[in-house]
Amino acid sequence: MTYATLTDADRSAMLEAIGLSSIDELFRDIPSGVRFDRPLALDDPLTEQEIVGRLEELAARNVHAGEELSFVGAGVYDHYVPAVVDYILQRGEFLTAYTPYQPELSQGVLQAIFEYQTVICELTGMDVSNASGYDGTTVAADACYIAKHATGRSKIVLAETISPQVRQVVRTYAPGFGMEVVDVPHRDGVVDPEEFRAAAEGAACAIFQQPNFFGCLEAAPQLAAAANDAGALSVAHVDPISLGVLEAPGAYGCAIAIGEGQSAGNPLSFGGPHYGFIAAREEYTRRMPGRIVGETTDVHGKRGYVLTLQTREQHIRREKATSNITTNQTLLALGGLIYLCWLGPEGLQEVGETCMALAEHAKERLELPLLFPEQTTFKEFGVRVGRQAQEAIKDARAQGVNPGYPLGRDYPGMDDAILVAVTERRTVDDVELLAEALAE
Amino acid sequence: MKLVFEHSSPGARAGRIPIPPELSVPAVPDELRRRRPPRLPELPEVELVRHFTKLTTRNFGIDTGFYPLGSCTMKYNPRVNERVAALPGFRDLHPHQDEDGAQGALELMHDLQEMLAEITGLYAVSLQPAAGSQGELTGLMLMRAYFADRGESEQRRTVIVADTAHGTNPASVTMAGYELRKVATDARGNIDLDDLRGKVDDSTAGLMLTNPSTLGLFDEHIEEISRIFHDVGALLYYDGANLNAVCGISRPGDMGFDIVHINLHKTFSQPHGGGGPGGGPIAVREHLEPYLPVPAVVREGDRFHLDYDRPKSIGKVRAFTGPFGVFVRSYAFILGWGAELRTMSEDAVLNANYLLARLKDAYDLPFDRLCMHEFVLSARNLKKEHGITALDVAKRLMDYDFHPPTIYFPLIVPEALMIEPTETETKGTLDAFVDAMLAIAREAADEPETLKTAPHGRPVARLDEVKAAKRAIVRYRFEDHPDLTAEPTAPAQVEAPKGA
Repeated sequence: MTYATLTDADRSAMLEAIGLSSIDELFRDIPSGVRFDRPLALDDPLTEQEIVGRLEELAARNVHAGEELSFVGAGVYDHYVPAVVDYILQRGEFLTAYTPYQPELSQGVLQAIFEYQTVICELTGMDVSNASGYDGTTVAADACYIAKHATGRSKIVLAETISPQVRQVVRTYAPGFGMEVVDVPHRDGVVDPEEFRAAAEGAACAIFQQPNFFGCLEAAPQLAAAANDAGALSVAHVDPISLGVLEAPGAYGCAIAIGEGQSAGNPLSFGGPHYGFIAAREEYTRRMPGRIVGETTDVHGKRGYVLTLQTREQHIRREKATSNITTNQTLLALGGLIYLCWLGPEGLQEVGETCMALAEHAKERLELPLLFPEQTTFKEFGVRVGRQAQEAIKDARAQGVNPGYPLGRDYPGMDDAILVAVTERRTVDDVELLAEALAE
Repeated sequence: MKLVFEHSSPGARAGRIPIPPELSVPAVPDELRRRRPPRLPELPEVELVRHFTKLTTRNFGIDTGFYPLGSCTMKYNPRVNERVAALPGFRDLHPHQDEDGAQGALELMHDLQEMLAEITGLYAVSLQPAAGSQGELTGLMLMRAYFADRGESEQRRTVIVADTAHGTNPASVTMAGYELRKVATDARGNIDLDDLRGKVDDSTAGLMLTNPSTLGLFDEHIEEISRIFHDVGALLYYDGANLNAVCGISRPGDMGFDIVHINLHKTFSQPHGGGGPGGGPIAVREHLEPYLPVPAVVREGDRFHLDYDRPKSIGKVRAFTGPFGVFVRSYAFILGWGAELRTMSEDAVLNANYLLARLKDAYDLPFDRLCMHEFVLSARNLKKEHGITALDVAKRLMDYDFHPPTIYFPLIVPEALMIEPTETETKGTLDAFVDAMLAIAREAADEPETLKTAPHGRPVARLDEVKAAKRAIVRYRFEDHPDLTAEPTAPAQVEAPKGA
């Protein structure tokens, strides 16, 4: 099926109006040496029915989270996404609009982004949020770029307990920024504030994750203070789902809060598209990357919303812009907004507490040595299975249980460790099945 | 209208999750526990649905009407793409699922890579970048890695960008650690070759170019431009924002480009979502493949595999393998057109030239040539004669139920109106748009006040953007609304607030 809307009669009439006699003449400005003179080597067009058939066939060759009992997390989590999120995001007025350049036709998206920014500020305790970043990895690079310009320094300090993907992306971006990266190792699953303080000396920013990649709770207030004392921007990478239970980064003095929004309102979708969020204290407002919506009034004094502080941005400031970002993840961020409004403050706390309660229950039921038994954890924890984790996972999957993520992929000495994630979608009975699958 | 926070009623709520009654909540160390709950709104689900539904009625998408926003390719987004992206095998697939359990997803990505390689005329594709601007930055990182590998890091310092370029190009150059050099546009809308020759030397890392340009014009000297760069060992980067003009007609690889990004949300129908998500895959020549982001999706016999063993790779530019849901939609779209994809670009170019032919007498045309998939008019004639600006024309178009074109871009054209109809509009829609544009040109002379006060009957009139930037109110000020500062109800574990 092709999506052509013109008939041959239309084409003839239009060519005549242009004063041409063939379609080929439209392309006369293209030098003959660079014209493509054969058909594209693509298959014949498919009808809608055939497209669905082909995609169903591919989808059937994946094992999705509904087909096995999954405890896999490690950055992307199987939280419940309510029907209202799907419904609103599928409305064409949102789905098929673009960046709200023309506010009189875009008050819907503009107001929704303003509400999203407010919710992110509320969750993180910050003063300003943008309309979203690409994901939880790229917002870490954004924070580094802010810190470079705010401090004039070039060192980035990363806790080793931050998601490996986040650390890899920061390392990819850093050379272009003229920055270098220093890692702070974990001690028994968490970062030592004194080591963090020493590393943060002379740094532009120092980033940690709460809860960290192992699911453990860092001494976040001390880490933030250590960075601040060293004159570095303290940056917390946080899970939005945790922020009904855990303290907001703004409340313990962080300069910037970032995170992966997926757990709040987005499906797994094999890793994307999701949304990253970035929020900061007011003094960094004019260094923020990307779109920001602000409140104003129209010529009659009526409240309305526009893209604002645009002199930061690439389409005005060009090579001096605070970022090159333009298209962001607005629709996914709106999913986050709707989800968080659906939960409300009480619901958000209940999700966090339920994940914690189930995870704690799982720790007890598994009867396996914990990777970091001394630490308090949130919805994830590491266990040692006494053999190659990959093998244990394979055996458990044969019983219909996917027990988690093999930590040996990223951390030496953890080849026998599995990172188990327990969301509110799992039950007490599910935990029993997990315990059985890992016991054998 | 009210903000969602202004609908909040303490104690009301929509969603509930199952709470296992037999479990107790573990203690959180006191210094880590949240003190004051976030002021999320409290309202029942019906109020939530009505609030967001009302917001959608105050928004305009392609499904609402014609959206000729230049350089954004606002084409119809087929609904079937939404259906297939929501298949549980895609939507509910975890990115850490092992390769055995993700063969369908990996095959889809591998197929899409091959399709994009064929369409761009290049060798290898990485789907990882999240959007066009990240594709640009990734491409520049590849340049850095390539020259570092050749021992030319110190030497290759500059990247050349046309003065018609999207703002993302120069911004990406800076973020990649390069110095920017701008090159001028000549009287026919091509790159000024004399200016270019004076700026390219052995310190040049590369060129970033959109072709057709943001003027909607194909550069007639593209072969010479390619020679100028390749002769000094530099690379050519193609900004794929305007790829919708040339699919099956002229391939960037055949034009001489070494690195290309593709905007899946433009040419390949991923819905724009009010500002994203997008997708910005990059395609490269064979000698640049080793530097592509990890993991690469590769085929080994009948199996598909994620290859991390790429020692020269620049690393990762975002999480996992990219925005997979976007890939599903674009893949479905390309399957629909298949080998007839050329017709898509032909119709896009025909539609643009038809509009151009019918509008060029009423508006100034700075470069009088056939255009590609878009063209740039200027309202400077209306400004000079009647004091009517491109902004006034844009706002008045809303009264005729059209989304305005891109305005005041590219920067080299005063009072620019950049119009891109795409291939998915009927002749009837194009004719109605022409009628509106011609009527507006007449109104500029006869009733300029109607244009200056436009739009009429929209939820808001023209908004004060200067005031917005000056006040910088970028979140709801609960404290300005005393009746709403009451703390939301929350379970007993949360302590009393320490102030609003």
